[in-house]
Amino acid sequence: MSNLLVLPILIPLCTAVILIFFKEKIRLQRGISAVSGMLNILIAVLLVARVHAEGIQTLQMGGWAPPYGIVFVGDMFAVLLVTMASVVSFAILLYSFHSIGEKRERFYYYTFFQFLLVGVYGSFLTGDIFNLFVFFEVMLISSYALISIGGTRLQLRETSKYLLINIVSSTLFVAAVAYLYASVGTLNMAHLSQRISEAGQGGVLNVIAVLFLIVFSLKAGLFLFFWLPGSYSAPPAAVRALFGALLTKVGLYAIIRTFTLLFVNDPGFTQSWIAWMAAVTMILGGLGAVAYKDIPRILNYNVIISVGFVAFGLAAGTRDALDGTVFYLLHDMLAKGLMYILGGIIISAAGTDRLNSMGGMIKKYPFIGWMFFILTLALVGIPPLSGFAGKVLIIRGALDTGMLTLSLIGLGSSFLVLYSLIKVFRQAFWGNEPENDQPKVSLKWASAVAGGLLVLVIAMGIGAEFVFTYVSQAGEVLASPVQYIEAVMKKE
Amino acid sequence: MELVMAVAVGILFTIGVYLILSKSLLRIVLGTSLLTHGVHLLLMTMAGLKKGSAPVLGKADTYVDPLPQALILTSIVISFGVTAFYFVLAYRSYQALGTDEIDSIKEDKE
Repeated sequence: MSNLLVLPILIPLCTAVILIFFKEKIRLQRGISAVSGMLNILIAVLLVARVHAEGIQTLQMGGWAPPYGIVFVGDMFAVLLVTMASVVSFAILLYSFHSIGEKRERFYYYTFFQFLLVGVYGSFLTGDIFNLFVFFEVMLISSYALISIGGTRLQLRETSKYLLINIVSSTLFVAAVAYLYASVGTLNMAHLSQRISEAGQGGVLNVIAVLFLIVFSLKAGLFLFFWLPGSYSAPPAAVRALFGALLTKVGLYAIIRTFTLLFVNDPGFTQSWIAWMAAVTMILGGLGAVAYKDIPRILNYNVIISVGFVAFGLAAGTRDALDGTVFYLLHDMLAKGLMYILGGIIISAAGTDRLNSMGGMIKKYPFIGWMFFILTLALVGIPPLSGFAGKVLIIRGALDTGMLTLSLIGLGSSFLVLYSLIKVFRQAFWGNEPENDQPKVSLKWASAVAGGLLVLVIAMGIGAEFVFTYVSQAGEVLASPVQYIEAVMKKE
Repeated sequence: MELVMAVAVGILFTIGVYLILSKSLLRIVLGTSLLTHGVHLLLMTMAGLKKGSAPVLGKADTYVDPLPQALILTSIVISFGVTAFYFVLAYRSYQALGTDEIDSIKEDKE
């Protein structure tokens, strides 16, 4: 039955509502969220299997045919992202059990967590541009709560910046929707795509395209990332992992969806904008990652580099590059989630986030050290691991279209990723232990979670060919939006 | 009529941006709410201000476009929620940090 498509949104929504009633019962809250997380993974995998077998799934809410009602669309790209988001968020949920602390848990932490997931899954699955705005807001409002929960000075300071940036970008989003509605008179994405093609996308539609690019870049941290390094270092590690793994990816998803489905008729113009933004993002992100000496900032700048890399794949725009973009995006959600979890583990083991006051942790925590090392190799894109296939496909696609400079910048950014993360590894795990000896912390639970994710990172690299059968189905729809339009606007 | 509205929206945006760039947190919050007013008016204007009856089914021949009104209503509630959050956040930071000057709550170590 086609209602399967709404379950990834409905399950966390109901869970969140149920969790409100059990404010003080932390164990119960944990249990319910864990069950709901597992259920969500199951549903997402079922959805992938179904889309693989039967093609794009659509669900018309309330039985109103598009373009009049809101339609949910599950093409392979969206359901793959939902699957990966559910896996990563489940791991982060397990990590929160260990790390977030009772005070925060008592204050509706798991409720906000689930509402954030509602927003993320909803943004992936919706087929309506205003509904996308609403799901963005669901996600953002939960993220405001998660970033400020606990109320330390640092959090209060960073929340007000984060809030301001997102209010401004949401305002621009509404303005962009208003302009788009005025020019083509519809809000359904498939119908928008048809109308924009009919109008031939010149003049004002290009302006609207750029406005959308600005809005989503603010959300994704593409070029307009000035808010990201500060804001993402404020919340606790589990929340940071959630943000780094999911929030920017939703912005990226929106950029990819917008520029492969709606504004496809003037690629020379839009592609070149995305290309230079991607280039600048990779360069500046790389510089930031190299420059800092505290773990949160290094990790945050690594997120920015990968945002730039995904946008670079989109800018290249060939079939290969789009496949690569999907693959890289999936890998990146997984690897960034793991990276922040490991970062959090390292910080709690060392008792500080400054690299200069760490050292010699490999003796006490060999397992964590080598996990971090393997993850670094995966993020750089060393062949047997998951980052490789996506990068190769993107670079190959870019070289096919003659984007030599950008390819070099992309490859160069990999070196900066390697340098910045190896710097963390070398400082934290090698060398001499610092004078003020930290007592050994029990990290079994957190390490087990991280180990589970690492197994997935390795499996995704080794089983790249298996993953690719699904990824290429996603890339196919991105490369030819006609399939998406036909699936949505089909005559009953 | 659209031209007048466009100018009004432009003025709201200008004042909103000016307030956001100021130092006091309270003025920034006011700026964001002016911006959202501007964008809601924009949404209404861009859908066209043709004459017609209110979108309640009756005997009229023409109605105004009901869709943007629904969009504005949604957006108003959302920005209302966010603004309420922002005000409380400003209040909390005033309590915890002892100032509402955005410049003076810069880098300090925890």
